[in-house]
Amino acid sequence: MSKTEQEQVILLGHGSGGTLTNQLIRTVFQEALHNPILDEMLDAALLDLGQGRVAFTTDSFVVDPIFFPGGDIGKLAVCGTVNDLAVSGAVPLYLSSAFIIEEGFPLADLRRIVASMQEAASAAGVRVVTGDTKVVGRGSADKIFINTTGIGVVPPGRSLSPRRMQPEDIVLVSGTLGDHGLTILAQREGLSFNTPVISDCTPLNRIASAIMEAGGDGVRCMRDPTRGGLATTLNELAGQGERGILVQETAIPLRREVVGACEMLGLDPLYLANEGKAIAVVAPGAAEPVLAAMRSLPEGQGAVAIGRVTESGRGLVLLETELGATRILNMLEGEPLPRIC
Amino acid sequence: MQPYRNRDYAHHLLERLQQEATRPVSVMEVCGTHTVAIARSGLRELLPKNIRLISGPGCPVCVTDDLDLDLVIALAKEPEITMATFGDMMRVPGTGSSLLEAKSLGADVKVVYSPTDAVALAVANPDRQVVFLAVGFETTIPTVAVAVEQAVQQGLRNFSIFSLHKLVPPVMEALLTDPEVRLDAFINPGHVCTILGTEPFRFIPEQYGKPCVVTGFEAVDIMEALLMILQQYNQGRPSVEIQYKRAVRPEGNTVARGYIDKYFTPVTACWRGIGEVPGSGLALREEFAHLDAQRRFPITVTPGKRLKNCSCGQVLKGLKLPYECALFGKACTPMKPVGPCMVSTEGSCAAYYRYGAQRVGGAV
Repeated sequence: MSKTEQEQVILLGHGSGGTLTNQLIRTVFQEALHNPILDEMLDAALLDLGQGRVAFTTDSFVVDPIFFPGGDIGKLAVCGTVNDLAVSGAVPLYLSSAFIIEEGFPLADLRRIVASMQEAASAAGVRVVTGDTKVVGRGSADKIFINTTGIGVVPPGRSLSPRRMQPEDIVLVSGTLGDHGLTILAQREGLSFNTPVISDCTPLNRIASAIMEAGGDGVRCMRDPTRGGLATTLNELAGQGERGILVQETAIPLRREVVGACEMLGLDPLYLANEGKAIAVVAPGAAEPVLAAMRSLPEGQGAVAIGRVTESGRGLVLLETELGATRILNMLEGEPLPRIC
Repeated sequence: MQPYRNRDYAHHLLERLQQEATRPVSVMEVCGTHTVAIARSGLRELLPKNIRLISGPGCPVCVTDDLDLDLVIALAKEPEITMATFGDMMRVPGTGSSLLEAKSLGADVKVVYSPTDAVALAVANPDRQVVFLAVGFETTIPTVAVAVEQAVQQGLRNFSIFSLHKLVPPVMEALLTDPEVRLDAFINPGHVCTILGTEPFRFIPEQYGKPCVVTGFEAVDIMEALLMILQQYNQGRPSVEIQYKRAVRPEGNTVARGYIDKYFTPVTACWRGIGEVPGSGLALREEFAHLDAQRRFPITVTPGKRLKNCSCGQVLKGLKLPYECALFGKACTPMKPVGPCMVSTEGSCAAYYRYGAQRVGGAV
């Protein structure tokens, strides 16, 4: 008796390279992700990249739980890689996606994940053009791991780098911080709050190009503050740019429920991951037009200036606290947080 | 929450503190959440120079003795044992190892967020002996008592606790009688006092003539409390006052205390860096001995050597500030902690490190 779709699970044979693999590729991956390049089904995708420098990045996704409010591992796998390309100044174009699946994984969950990847890819205007599937024995992987690699093109003349930061440049963020990190933690540990928190997982290519269009050469650099949160990302910028950064604690946008939950759990929201927020450092004159451009998009509605670049304190991020004192905002150091991306 | 973070009000309080701080005063906080709030807000930098804030033994994780932890780690390595613990305990070093290291070598160690999660773990895994590593002050202990009650009611045969609980008033008294320690007043732990109320702290003004104020956790709560302390100090009328009125009643939480008394009885406990303090620990009462992991699983280990060069003992007694330790920020960081004060997010050294409070001491 054949099993219903609901009952079907991934078998070791689905990763054998034989008939089952072929069937899985056709009925799950290709069906959801199809596009002319993928449909060629060659051993390698052949891409025409046109003018400009090629941006190339890779990331692996092992988030637990795989489904969470605001997204799932598939959406995250697309957004994570698209966002790394976007904040580098590139137009994201193509993704590869490689799956490592634990034997016994429900086929219905795989379909849900692949459909969500397609939705995110389509929202971001990228195409998944090549992929791979491996199945490992029970216990050898935790449900499903996804690696995505992305290729984008940086238009000629565009150059973003923390080394371009100048004293008095303004640091902007696109919205509230810590939402993703707290969502995952709450889901994973079965914590519930009166107001549920939702992951901010979203593609950033649209807001990244709006920032660059509005700010032009005044846009020094962009980042997406994923693992390690705002604090860690700002420290990376200060270190690479050999400048100081001074942040106003009262200006940092945080949801009430995130602040409350962090107080309860002894966490600092500035160290929690984000998966749909951009940080941009821009010249003082570019701040207003860039902010306006960010706020015109749903993913940038909460955009604000949170601080500025300083000549002194090279490599150091200082925080002016609510009381008006200043303290060092350090990088994340081995916190007991779950896997969050 | 906003009124407690108002900058104008904070500056008004600072002016009042400036007026009252006419002579040097050393004030100890004995709650890790206060330590973090002080470091995070940068309060030390703003206070009058005459006010010295000292971080006392305020983090139950940090004061867990390394020899006690050696026993816990040895027990966790036993094949039938699942050790359930709060995450903060994972990296705390014993004399030779930590639970995290034991876990990586195959010990079954699970992080839980509440004691009742450990009971659920025992129910779900009837073939495992689940031991809950019970670490905490008066705030946490009632929740452990509830877990013990659940285990009793369900007749669980595979659940027990390893009680390393600590009580705050006895260690405050130990600090007051320690000839090395010089203290003028206490910021009383707000959470602990929601349970205990004010009565257990009356000996502080009455026998030792020191002011103490039950304090909330916003920077302005701490400033208000310091003002109350200075007024008591200057007017020579030491007493136990409550600043944290929105959460603490003088009588505390009698129901929660009832739970503690029903299941536990005070015993001598060893505090890391401070030593043995009579009546400062809790063991399960005789009738619940079968739920006491130390009695159910007799474990002996050869005593290891205590840590060298680590100043945590002096930091916990307020004799040294974290950045005065030779290891601080060099050999000892939150990533690779040597001493317990660096391990927990609420430890003094971790708070100083994370929030860069070492700058105030001019070390950076």
